[in-house]
Formats: sequence, C-alpha cells, structure tokens
Amino acid sequence: MAVLVDEKNKVVVQGITGYQGTYHAGAMREFGTNVVAGTRPGKGGTEVNGIPVFDSVKEAVEAQRADTSCIFVPAPGCKDAALEAIDAGITTMVIVTEHVPVLDAIQIVSVGRTRGVTIIGPNCPGLASPGKAKVGILPSKIFMKGSVGVVSKSGTLTYEIVNAITERQMGQSTCVGIGGDRVTGTNFIDILKLFEKDRQTKRIVLVGEIGGTAEEEAADYIKRNITKPVVAYIAGRTAPPGKRMGHAGAIIARGRGTADSKIKALERAGVKVAKIPTEVPDLLGET
Amino acid sequence: MKLFEYMAKAVLRKHGIPVPDGFVVSSADQIRKIPGPVMVKAQVLIGGRGKAGGIKPAESVDEARKVAAAILGMNIRGYTTKEVLVEQRLDVARELYLGITIDRSNRSLLFMASPDGGMDIESVAEDRILMLPVDPLIGYEPFVGRRVASFLRLPPEQSSQVESICHHLYQLTVNEDAELAEINPLVITKDGRVIAGDAKVTIDPDALFRHREYESLPEDITPLEQKAKQLDIAFVQLDGNIGVIANGAGLTMATLDSINTFGGKAGVFLDLGGTDDPEKVKKAVLLMTEANPKVILLNIFGGITKCDTVAKGVIEANQEKKITVPFVARIKGVNEEIARDMLKNEGMIPASGLSEAAELASKESLR
Repeated sequence: MAVLVDEKNKVVVQGITGYQGTYHAGAMREFGTNVVAGTRPGKGGTEVNGIPVFDSVKEAVEAQRADTSCIFVPAPGCKDAALEAIDAGITTMVIVTEHVPVLDAIQIVSVGRTRGVTIIGPNCPGLASPGKAKVGILPSKIFMKGSVGVVSKSGTLTYEIVNAITERQMGQSTCVGIGGDRVTGTNFIDILKLFEKDRQTKRIVLVGEIGGTAEEEAADYIKRNITKPVVAYIAGRTAPPGKRMGHAGAIIARGRGTADSKIKALERAGVKVAKIPTEVPDLLGET
Repeated sequence: MKLFEYMAKAVLRKHGIPVPDGFVVSSADQIRKIPGPVMVKAQVLIGGRGKAGGIKPAESVDEARKVAAAILGMNIRGYTTKEVLVEQRLDVARELYLGITIDRSNRSLLFMASPDGGMDIESVAEDRILMLPVDPLIGYEPFVGRRVASFLRLPPEQSSQVESICHHLYQLTVNEDAELAEINPLVITKDGRVIAGDAKVTIDPDALFRHREYESLPEDITPLEQKAKQLDIAFVQLDGNIGVIANGAGLTMATLDSINTFGGKAGVFLDLGGTDDPEKVKKAVLLMTEANPKVILLNIFGGITKCDTVAKGVIEANQEKKITVPFVARIKGVNEEIARDMLKNEGMIPASGLSEAAELASKESLR
C-alpha cells in the first residue's frame, strides 16, 4: 500500500508540450507511473514521446480513462486548467505551477472540495510512492521503497531530507510535497490521516516552515489521533519577522507563525523535532 | 505590494466606499486651496507615522504649506517622505475597524471587524474582534454584512452604511486581487456618516499579470532586493555576514538554520527558486558579490540539472568578476564528483553534505 496514487492511476499531464511538462512526463513514466495522455489546446492529435496529446482534459478522460492530472500550465492559465480537469471528472490532481494568485487557489480548492477531488498544491513538487508511481517533479533517484511516510511544505528541502534518510537505508512509503503557498488543496492533517491508516507506513516525517498555523494544527491532530512515531523539522528558525522567505506562505506576520511556536507545539505532541535537516535520519533511527 | 494610503483610498473610492476629500502633493507650493480644516499625512509604507510626527493638522492654505514643507523629506522609521496627502479633517464620533484578509486554515477570505478601531488590531482583546470567513462558493451576500454590523452594535442608520461598505470592500478585494484590504479607523462622524479614515491595501504580487497598473509601484525593499526581483530571484538582506545561495525556499531557510547551529549568521537569503539553471546560478553569484558578504555559501540540491553545468555557472561568474571572499560550494546531484573537482581547481571550498558546508562557511565567517 501507499497513499494517494499508485501504478494503477492513469495520469494526464496538462501542459505536456512545455519543457517541464515534456521532461517530467518522461521521468514519471520511467518511475513507473501510468502516463496515458497529455493536453495542450491546439496540439490535439500529436504525440510527445509516444504519449498522445489532446486538446482538452475531457477528451483525455474519454479516450484514455485518465483519472489523475498533473498540471504544469503557467500561473495565468492555471485556474482554468484546474477547473477544466475537475469538470472533466479528474479525481486526483497535482498542481506543480508556482505563483498562482491566492484568490485563484481559493476558488480551485473550494470547487475541488465540493466535488470530492483531492488536490495537491499549487506550487508543490507532487508526490512519489517508490516502486509504484510518482506524480510531479520529485527527482526519482533519491527514493527507496520502505516504510517512512514523508509530508512536507517544501520542494528541494524535501529532496534533501529524503536523500538523507535513503542514504541511511530507510526507505519511504509515500512522500507528499503539499506546497508552501498560503492556500493549498491538501494540508498536513489530510496526509497524516492517510499515513495513520496506511499499513506500509510505520513512521512519519513532517517538514514544515515558518508562517501560518498549519504545523500547530498538525501538532494538535497528532496528539489526539496519530499512534505512529513522528519526526519533524521546521525550516526558518533563524528567519526574521516581516520578511517573506521565498514562499508566499513563509512569513512571520504580526508575531504569528514563528518556528518556535511550531516546534513547541510539536514537541508537546510527542514529536521529535530536528534542529537541522541532517538530524532527521538520526531521530528516525531512535524511533 | 503595499499601496500608499492615497492610492488605497483611490481604490476604495473607485469601489464606492466613502473617503475624505483630499489630494496628494510632492511639494508644498502645489497646495492652492484646501477643503476646510485638513490633516497633512506623510505617504510612507510603514506604520507609526503619527507618532513620528508625520501627520499634522492645518487650518489654512498657508499653514498647510508650512506643515507639508516640514513633513516632506522627513525620515520616518527609515523611509523618506516624498509625498503628503492633504485631506479633509473628520469630526470623529467613533472609530471602528474593518478588514478583509486571507484565512489560511479555512482556505477562504476572512472579514475582521472590531468596535475598537484606531489602534493596532493585534492589541485588541480577542472577544472584541469578529473573524468571519466567507465561503468561496457562496461569496458575498448581504447576510455577511448584516453579521458584521450586528457584531459592531450600531444604530440602524450606521448599520446600513457599514453593510454597504462590507459589500464594496469584498468586491474590491476580489476585483483588485488584494491580499489585505483594511480600513482602520473606519470613522463614524458626528453627523452620522461612516467613512474610511485610513486605508491599507496590499495587492497579491502573483496576480500582477492581470493588474499591470500596479507593476511600477515603488516597494518597501532595498536596491539589491529590487535588482534580484527583476531576475526573478528571492533575495532578502539580513544582519549577518554569510551570503547564502540555495534553490528552493525551504532549503534556503534550512541552510540558514544550519549555519546558525555552527555559530554563523546569514547576511543574505538568496533563493534561486525551484531551479538549478546554470545561467541563473551565475547571475545569482554576481548579485551576491554586490552585497559584500564575508563568506558565500552555495547549496544546490539538483533535481534534474547536472552538477558540472551548475559548477560551470559559478566559474563563469568568478571569471566575470573575481570572487575575493571564501566560497563554500555544495552541489548535490548528477556528476557531483566532477563538479567538486572543477570548483576545487577554481580555489573554492567544496563540501559534500549540508552540515559540512554549513560548518565550513561558519568557520570562515568567524575568522
């Protein structure tokens, strides 16, 4: 078992003809993902590395039975692309696109929620279940099949941590990058819930960062509902207030969202919190 | 992107929210006539203007000019005043607070209202603030405004005015892609009108592609930060002396945290974004040298790009402008061995892991 996607999901890549879309469609397929289609309005009937391209998601769903979408469409067209996919009946969606306006994200997420669509992102690396499938842009070579579930707001930092735990021969069940924007389709709690139920997942790594209160809310949830051991790392311990640290969400605003408050909340919930990312495998080893 | 008060008020007016009559000037002699007694207000993108002497009353044109001359050029908490707003003075009976912002937990817009306006909303007691998320699938309907007005316990005449302002403020937020639209104070005048005393509007920078009119606005950032922005690089100047270049916001923050545990302190946060493009690495290194750090630490976790091409970007930057400070480089990914040798030959300090890189950079910075 793994969570959210496996080799049976049929993936359509929206924006497959762009550099990112083409490259990652290939990388996903090599990882084992069943990539069945791509879309690009006006390019229907063509192929990208043997993957059929359609003008619309609807056609991809009808012709190839796609159920999962991975979106690379640039920000100005992202809302349209996501709502098109929801309308076409896609049930799981990874939005890789960054710089999506927050009001667009709110609309995508709220529509998705009423239609029962699982949305990861926007501005996220996606997810990977080693040995099964990946949807998104995570580098394939850092993964190893195993029992650690990873959930993270970050991209490259996630790769750093996954790489470090793989080097110590601890494999992963599923790794989910939920994205660091203020409004995302899936939050820590949604994924924690899945990891708790998943029989392959034995231990959980949570990677958070400054800004917002999602880590505090996750801590509260862990305390009440999670029986598996959790190790965490919170980025931005040394970031100054009032400065947006790269991610739209990574800002200590009006005294809220500090690393300190998150670390304390997690520790109170029995989570072991690493001071630096390279400490994560050590703490996992102790659990 | 924060708007100056006068711009924010123009946006409010455009959306049908009452604001005082006024105009903005950049020199005192531009003041020719005034709408009765006025306030002269410094236009800077920082709070605490009043306390710093940036807001003053005037009764006549002569006095308004005198006051404006004194405020123009004034340094308010690090910001130079280039413009003043000359605005009709209000006869204040009561001050309320009304704002809309993003509710991350509910993934929606959020109304905030309080009967205790005029002060920092953070210092208002929790039970005196209404936090009302708006369901995005419902949007604004009059019941939302009624709930706000009823929380504020206003007489019927003012209630209807506040309800109308709520509606317009919501439309403003949606139409302008505001991530914050705040009226504080929302003034009730002695003759019973409800009018925006001050306004803060922040536009979502990610939505600028559909609001070109805001693109040229001055921002609350340093000249180097401005330059970085044009290169699509996140660049934040900090207090320490280590210049950190990394790819991805989380990894850059984690690199800062790691040097901190070894006693070092970051002077620059430079996030290349989710990229390890050699050309961008080169530009970033050149930009970093302009910030004069004592040590530069490059930490790239390569997803798909080869490390040797990233190293080439660093070396090209060094050839264009010789880097005179210690340069610690950690590049992870395909061909990392080749990259290490290339950087070593160029006199740079290669590191294999994040901790090792952080330790080396911190040591160099403390020398």
